[in-house]
Order: sequence, then C-alpha cells, then structure tokens
Amino acid sequence: MRREAPQRLSDYGPLAFPAIMLTVFFVIPFGTMIAVSFFQRQQGGFYTPAFVFSNYERFLSLFFAHVLGFSLMLAVLVAVCCVCIGVPFTYLMTKMSRRAQIVWMVALLSVLSLSEVIIGFAWSTLLSRTAGITNLLVTLGLMEKAVALSPGFPAVLTAMVYQALPYTILVLYPALVRLDPTLTEAARTLGASPLRAFFTVVVPALRTTILATLIMVFIFALGSYLLPQILGRPQHWTLSVLITDQAIYQSNMPFAAAMAVFLVLVTLGMVALTLFAGRKREEST
Amino acid sequence: MSGLTLDTVRKDFGSFTAVNDVQLSVPHGTFVCMLGPSGCGKTTLLRMIAGLDLPTSGRVLLDGEDITAVPTHKRNLGMVFQSLALFPHLTVGENIAYPLRIRGAPREEQSKRVDELLSMIHLTGYADRPVAKLSGGQRQRVAIARALTRSPKLFLLDEPLSALDAKLREAMQVELRQLQQQLGITTIVVTHDQREAMTMADTVVVMNKGEIRQAASPMEIYRRPADTFVADFIGSTNLIDMETDSAGRAVALGQIIPGLSAPGGGKAIISIRPEDVHLTAPGSDGAILGTVTFVRDLGGTIETFIDCSGKQIIAVSTPRARPDVSVGQPVGVVLDPDVCVVLST
Amino acid sequence: MSSFLRRFYFALVGLFLAAPLIVVAGVSVNAKQTLAFPPQGFSLAWYADIFIDTGWRNALFASLTLAILSAALAVAIALPLSWFLWRRIAPWANIFQLLGIAPFTLPPVITALGLLTFWATTGLYGQPWTAVISHAIFFVTLPLVTLSLGFTAIDRSLVEAAATMGADDRTIFRTVVLPLITPYLVSGYAFAFVLSLNEYIVAYMTVGFTMETLPIKIFNALRYGYTPTMASVTVLFVVLAAVIYSLIARFGDLLKLLGANSEEQS
Repeated sequence: MRREAPQRLSDYGPLAFPAIMLTVFFVIPFGTMIAVSFFQRQQGGFYTPAFVFSNYERFLSLFFAHVLGFSLMLAVLVAVCCVCIGVPFTYLMTKMSRRAQIVWMVALLSVLSLSEVIIGFAWSTLLSRTAGITNLLVTLGLMEKAVALSPGFPAVLTAMVYQALPYTILVLYPALVRLDPTLTEAARTLGASPLRAFFTVVVPALRTTILATLIMVFIFALGSYLLPQILGRPQHWTLSVLITDQAIYQSNMPFAAAMAVFLVLVTLGMVALTLFAGRKREEST
Repeated sequence: MSGLTLDTVRKDFGSFTAVNDVQLSVPHGTFVCMLGPSGCGKTTLLRMIAGLDLPTSGRVLLDGEDITAVPTHKRNLGMVFQSLALFPHLTVGENIAYPLRIRGAPREEQSKRVDELLSMIHLTGYADRPVAKLSGGQRQRVAIARALTRSPKLFLLDEPLSALDAKLREAMQVELRQLQQQLGITTIVVTHDQREAMTMADTVVVMNKGEIRQAASPMEIYRRPADTFVADFIGSTNLIDMETDSAGRAVALGQIIPGLSAPGGGKAIISIRPEDVHLTAPGSDGAILGTVTFVRDLGGTIETFIDCSGKQIIAVSTPRARPDVSVGQPVGVVLDPDVCVVLST
Repeated sequence: MSSFLRRFYFALVGLFLAAPLIVVAGVSVNAKQTLAFPPQGFSLAWYADIFIDTGWRNALFASLTLAILSAALAVAIALPLSWFLWRRIAPWANIFQLLGIAPFTLPPVITALGLLTFWATTGLYGQPWTAVISHAIFFVTLPLVTLSLGFTAIDRSLVEAAATMGADDRTIFRTVVLPLITPYLVSGYAFAFVLSLNEYIVAYMTVGFTMETLPIKIFNALRYGYTPTMASVTVLFVVLAAVIYSLIARFGDLLKLLGANSEEQS
C-alpha cells in the first residue's frame, strides 16, 4: 500500500479521538499548570487567577538551590551507577540464549512495573533493624547487633538504582542486541581478550547510545518522588518530592506548579542536549 | 608438521551435526578454498580454526602444536569477516593499527606499519578517513590489511568478496591471490562461489552436510571429481546411469560404451562435462540416439539440449564447431570413454 | 574463568533485584503482626486479608477497575493514532505521537500536577472517572510504542494485495490489519494494565482524597505504621506482573517488542 496524504476531510476521521483526548487531557492540563504557576495562592483553598512571579521568586532561595543541587547530583549519581552496571550486564545478556533473555526480561519488567510505594516499602524492610539484611549478617556472625540502614543517603541511592536499573537495561537493550557480533569477534582475532574487546570496541562503538541512556536515566531518576521521602531524611528530599509535598500537604499549588515548570525546563534542556550531542556526533562521522 | 592440521574435528549444535569428524591437513603457505552449499559447515569449520567456536571433539593443530583450547586472541591469526566488521568508531588507520595499539606498540611503529599496509593495498593517504566514507572495494582492502597487521601465521577469510559486485569481485580475487603468493601465508577462504575457488586456490575443499567430499587441486576437482556431489556442484555435468550387462560390458542409455567398466561390475554413474559430449549424425556407430529439444545460443557457447529416451543430455560447443542441429531433429550422442568419469552410485 | 566471572556478575545483579522481594515475601508469611525476617511462624492469613478486610478488598477492586478501564482507554487512543500515522503521510500529525510519548517520558509528578490543576480548575476534582482518563493519558505511551512497532512490521504489499481483491480501507483494516496488529494491541494493553495497577502519584493527585487504590492504601498504611498485608499485596503484585509478562512472552515475541530482531532472523 502506498502511503498517501489525506485526500478528504473524512480521511482525518481516525485522528479525531486521539487528537481530542491528548489535547484536552494533556496539552490543556499542561497549560493549566503553567498558568497556575503564575497564580496567587489562597490560604485554605486553591488559588486565585493572577499574574505574579512570586512563586518563581521564592524558588530563588538558598534552600531551593540546595534542593536543586542535591536533586541533580542524586540523579547524575543514579544514572552513572545504572549505566556502569547496566552496560556490561545488557551486553552479556544479549549473548545468552533467547530463552534465558526472555526469563531475565520478564524479571526486569516485573521489577520495573513495581510502584515506587512498593519499592520504598520493600527496601525499607530490607534495610530495617527488625527484618533487614543486618539480621542475616548477625546470624552469620559477621555483625554483633542488627542495625537500621535507613533512613540515609546510601539507602536512597540504592533504592533509586534498584528502581532505575531495569529501565536502563531496557533502554540499552535494542542497541546492544543489534550490535554486529562480528565486531567483537574481529577484535578477538586481532589479539584482544574478551574484556579488552568490550572496552576497545563495544563501549566506543556505542558511545552515543550510552550518552543518550545516561540522560534518559537521569530524567527518570529526577522523577523519583517517593523513595527519598521513605528512605531518606528531609535533607535528602528532591525537587519531585518537594513538588508533591507542596501540592498535596502544603496545598500550595501555584508554588508546586512553578517548581514543576522549572523541572520541565531542566528535563527539556537535557533532551535538547542529547539531540545536540547526537547530531554533532553524526556530523563528525 | 608445519601448517594447519584438523584432526577428526566435530561440531554438534544440539542434535544437529554441523561438522562431522573432519580430517584435513594444509601445508604451510597453501591457499585453500572451502567450497560448498550454504549450511554445509564450512563457516563453522573456519570459526573453529579461528577459535570463535569450540569443537565438540577433535583437535586443531598449528605447526604441530595443539591449539584447540587456545583462546582466539592468543592464536596469531588474521580473519576477514563476511560483514568485514570494520570498527565504525575508528578511522582507516586506527582500524589497521588496532592489533598493535592493544598490544601497546609505540606510536611510530604503529604508523610505520599502517603506512606499509596502506601502500600494499593501494590506499596510501587514506589513514585518517572514517571507514564509513569508503567504497565497498576499499573497505574490503582495509579489512584485509587489518587482518595482516600482525603478520599472522594463518589468514582466514569468510566469504570475503560476497558483498562486492561481479566485476570488482573478479579483480579482487586476482589481487588476493597475488598478495598471498607475495606473503607466502597459509590462507583459508570460505566461499560458495566456485569461480572464486578455481581462481585463487591451490587446494579446493568441497564440503557437503558437514563432511569433506574432496580436497584436491582445482583441475583435479574438475576433471576427476570424487563423487556425484562434487561432479554436480563444480561446474555443470551430465550424470548418466550406467549398468553392466551379462557379458561384463558397460551399458548407458541402451548403448554399450567400450572402454568403461563399473567398479565391482554393478551399477555406476557416468559424469561427462557438457563440453566433452560429442554430437554426430543419428545412427552413427556407437552413438546414442536422441532428439534435440532446445538450442541455447549464448554467443560464446552453444548449448544443445537432447532428449535420449527420457534422459536429458546437454552438449556445449563453440560457435566454430557449431553442430548442425535444429529442434525436433534426431541426433547421435557420443560418450568418449576417455573423458567419462565413472562414479559409484 | 571469564565464564565464572559472568555467572557471578549475573548472580549478583539477580540477587540485587530479588533481595528486597525475598525479604518482603518472608515478612508476608509471619504468623504475628510483626515485621520480622526470617519469618517467625508461618501464616497465609495476610494474603487472605487482601480479600477479607474491607479496606484492602475495596482498594484491590478500585485498582483493578482503574487498570482495566484506563488501559482500554489508552489503547483506544493509541490504535487510531498509530494506524493513521502508518496509513497517511501527514508530517504535522507526528505532533500527536510526540504528545502521546511525552506524559510517560517527563517526570511523573509533572503529568500528575498538570492533571491535578486541570481537574481542580474544571471543578471535577475527586471524581473516580477522572483517574481513568488521567491514567489513560499517562500510559498511552505504552500501547502507542508497541502498536507503532507492530505497524512497521506489517508488509504493505499485504494491504495492496487485499485492495486488488476488492477490499476497501475499512474492510482491509478489519480483515488484514487488525489480525496482524492484535499481538501488539494485547501487549500494549498488558503493559498499560500492569503499570496502571502499580501507579501511585497520578492516582494520588487526582483521586487520592476520595478513593484508595492499592498503592495509595499501601502508602497510607506505611505512614501510620506497619501491617503485613502490605507485604502480601506486594508479593501479589510482583507475581501478577511476572505472570502477565510471561504470558506476553509465551504468546508473542517479547524480545522483539523490546527491540531485538524477530525470532526468525536470529
């Protein structure tokens, strides 16, 4: 069948429902959120329409600079950890039989689907004093007394890596599974050990993919809204947590919206950077 | 012994036997072509020589040393892959220098060797080009140069020319053969193209269903095929059933063929190349009677299709010796015993 | 040696992925209402609790209803859109593809907050059906991606062949396109279903004060202390997700859906 441009108005028919739904329930809410970010907060209620910058001004404080800095640092750290674990893992996984790959994928998808609530609960249990991993160490005689490993920064980081690792692997998978296997074989016939072939051929050949994955996982980690709250102390709260907190518990929707708009800008900036890096790389080859 | 020896090498994939107890010995400096239909096990055999696949059983020996368990990167060999497998993130020069770089060779040594190899493949000055910007033939040459960087003991090529168009392929065949003679390196090429094998090889190894059917010089393979598979696979041939009558004479297509005899005096198959089939007037002495069904004039050669009591025989002749036949006419077919090869059924 | 290292590495990652779930599974069979591991005693009472306790049962029912409906709505949005983009040359219509992918790619709080301000502004805040629409928009990305993949896999000459035999666009869609796209439709639905079941923030921001889905219920319970039912629900969810993805793998080509070449090619 030749693809053709729509001839009559009725040809656009199938587009109507999706277009309406996405416009009304995504574009308009998004616009509403941007509008609300300029509104005036009303104590005890929602907000009143206005055009003020106070919500953004409030953002320009040392406290929020700290939160922003911490959020970005945490997301970068999560992304780096996930890519460092995920690239070799995904590469080795693509070398396994199809059956084994399917089993791993089912497991990874199942973990990826887990609610942040559940991941937070599971890790807080694993890191707790009464039912945690330290009990195992006590049983083995490696520790004297069980201790609580959360709340704390390591707990937040571990759980966020846990949450983002399956995502990282799924993002890396298509590029790695399609990587020409003869490239590493060629490296081996030229005298490179498997490990050497991995670092001199696989990683450099996939550097664009790896960069793109870093940024996608960074955005994913930036969106984590519960884990820092469940497993961290208040100083470990991220922008996403604060947005939730302001919107739900402080009922300050204009301020939450302003922060969300800022988060969108950071995210879009990152996406733009990815595209830019990708294009630049294409030009150079 | 110097050279490569395969000692009852076998490879099973589950219940499927890809390579079945192969014995082969390749003297040092020989150019070998492994030829066979797809799925005959030739690529698997090559990969086992390279160490990319491990044999299920059997040994691979290089210069008398058992290398079966030696990992690929510790065998001194060069390999050209069907996909070429040029590293996309490296330039031409970096690709060629790769084996030296990972060994930590000094920069000057690397660039000196790259220059040598580039001049050998007639690509001097291409060192800084990205491989993506090369033509098919140039990429081919770079892959060959890269495999030769370390001056390997063994040069392996897996369908190296299959991606090139026909003209370029023929030119590269000649080039590859000259290069190999110049370097005197033991070379094994896997191909399914018999012209390629005939052009380049000292020894052609014909494989089918995981087994070597014949390993011999190109002329020997063509003139004295070991069995009907080889006869049929290499070039075209007429395969004609032959019987032995009560008097012990060979009979084919109802005609006694003097000078031939089946081994053991039973049934056999005659292989005769179309260019060896001689046409004569119907009813001539010793000729088999047939009817011309089709004449294909290709300019350089003329192929005559003859029906001999249900069996199709093809005769090829040059325009100068054009047979005086036309479709529907009876004709006599002569099977000269000197050019007939008798094969067991 | 390297084979041993590889196995060790896989075991390590596997343990990392499984460890919290193993502990939760252990906790969920404690005989008493204690958070203890290894479990003290054995009891499946906390699993029964999901169905017996009114609060948990209602939450389960709410979650299932929400997931079934919102996944269906997501597919209903994604199918005509991806079909149109496959059938027609209309570059500007790609903007809707982008809009369909954005909600899931952006940090979830953003979509959640956008919908919260929207429902609050329109005065519909808290109505249960708003959660269905919200989830459908949030998860429309999944069927959109699987269906787009499915459409590119359809050989266009099949459609041409149907046309030469006299089928019009509608008949072609019904008799050729739909049967070929069904596996992708089903997996798109399944992905959206499982994720909707687990989703917290969008549901919380849209209907959090009027109804409880299971993730909301778990979070609320978590804030007021511990009950082993949380653990049993978690195990139930993991098992459910694993079963659904295994079914996709059993009846479809899961690896192809995730970006590998199809089975015949490899």
